[in-house]
Amino acid sequence: MTARAPDPRADAQAAASWDAIVIGGSSGAIDALNVLLPALPAGLRAGVVVVLHLPCDRRSLLPEIFGYRCALTVLEAQDQQPIQPGNVYFAPPGYHLLVDRGPRLALSIDPPVNFSRPSIDVLFQSAADCYGDRLLGVLLSGANEDGAEGLAAIQAAGGRTLVQSPESAPVRTMPDAALALVPAARALTPDEIAAVFAQLPTRRLP
Amino acid sequence: MPTQNKAHIEDIEQRLLLDAIYHRYHYDFREYAQASLKRRLRTALGEFDCRTLSQLQDRVLHDPSVFTGLLQYLTVQVSDMFRDPSYFLALRSEVVPILRTYPSIKVWVAGCSTGEEVYSLAILLHEEGLLDRSLIYATDINPHALRAAEQGVFDLDRAAAFTANHAQSGGRSSLSDYYTARYGRVVFDKALREHMVFSDHSLSTDSVFAEVHLVSCRNVLIYFERDLQNRALGLFHDALVHRGFLGLGSRESVRFSAQADGFDDFVLADRIYRKKAEL
Repeated sequence: MTARAPDPRADAQAAASWDAIVIGGSSGAIDALNVLLPALPAGLRAGVVVVLHLPCDRRSLLPEIFGYRCALTVLEAQDQQPIQPGNVYFAPPGYHLLVDRGPRLALSIDPPVNFSRPSIDVLFQSAADCYGDRLLGVLLSGANEDGAEGLAAIQAAGGRTLVQSPESAPVRTMPDAALALVPAARALTPDEIAAVFAQLPTRRLP
Repeated sequence: MPTQNKAHIEDIEQRLLLDAIYHRYHYDFREYAQASLKRRLRTALGEFDCRTLSQLQDRVLHDPSVFTGLLQYLTVQVSDMFRDPSYFLALRSEVVPILRTYPSIKVWVAGCSTGEEVYSLAILLHEEGLLDRSLIYATDINPHALRAAEQGVFDLDRAAAFTANHAQSGGRSSLSDYYTARYGRVVFDKALREHMVFSDHSLSTDSVFAEVHLVSCRNVLIYFERDLQNRALGLFHDALVHRGFLGLGSRESVRFSAQADGFDDFVLADRIYRKKAEL
């Protein structure tokens, strides 16, 4: 493996082989998502899957909220749905969201992991199994340690890992835990991650 | 060894293990959602002190008690009584008035696991004055779960959540009217059980066994891949009487299935469907 590249454009070149981006966060992560998701370019070649810890209401407004602000189609994840490039999928509240072979999305009501359902670890580990080194994992602000092991799985499978820098996170427990477990992960501010996103390869649009 | 090879080998091992289980014990997990199974199998590896799924396969093939233990990892879903109260509220307000018109009522809870939903439905039917002429078929592939369901015994510390759900579901009585609490457990009234039939039944390999007015099968299909989902929905369609009802989990749907044309939306928000009239 080559040394980690210092500037976002080098990341974007490596990203040509990324089929998916998985994003996880908890307390304070909405602010970061507000910067990150609108930065994703139209015609993105990768599918984007997001787990955010939220109070377990039956309906999540996230797809509507972000749909207006994004160049991409933002959806609530449905069971057995194929993951399409250029779509953003949010985990429904109360369910784990997994990537299954296909790659497709799958839901489960298995017990909470790290007191969380959906759990970021569950998404990240299943995505690492499925996508291997074609996966970019991004972990944001949060108040527990969910996501750290999942990020380690992505790194171990050869994927790339980014963590919101603890200094830039409203709640730094989650980034701190991830950086402790995955020293190879890069710590970036939301603006820096957005710059990486903005450079991601796109399909030529008609 | 590169990690990606490792993931690939694990996939092969998982496939072989599920084949072995099918040929040896006739339980068919081959069309279950593989990512969820993988998580459960990884947990089981630690429990059975195995390093790989291949090692586990060896033990499962040669020692039935290991299979019995593994089955608990592969199948048991923990649910709550009156989980998603709005589903039960919709059953009460929209489905019960139609069920009331039948002289006898048959309900099928498919994949009943440890029985939380079965007791919820029995209590709902009792509150609506219909239990005396109702029969609930409760089926699962896990004999241990079925036995637990038949006992109707739950941990006392779950009773508070059950009670809150029951109240939100439009419950007309107090949940505690239906159980006695002792030794840290709640034991549900035996009178409820007289209207339940517990039976071993597999949505993967068995066929329809009765005609029913309502099928409730919630958060079971999400553990299946599409073909098996279609098979199960086909069984439900065949089991239902003319214009019978089907209730699914809050994130399950007939819409993208092979049975999409067999059902009308009835209370879509709560995933209650109604069998289409046959032409």
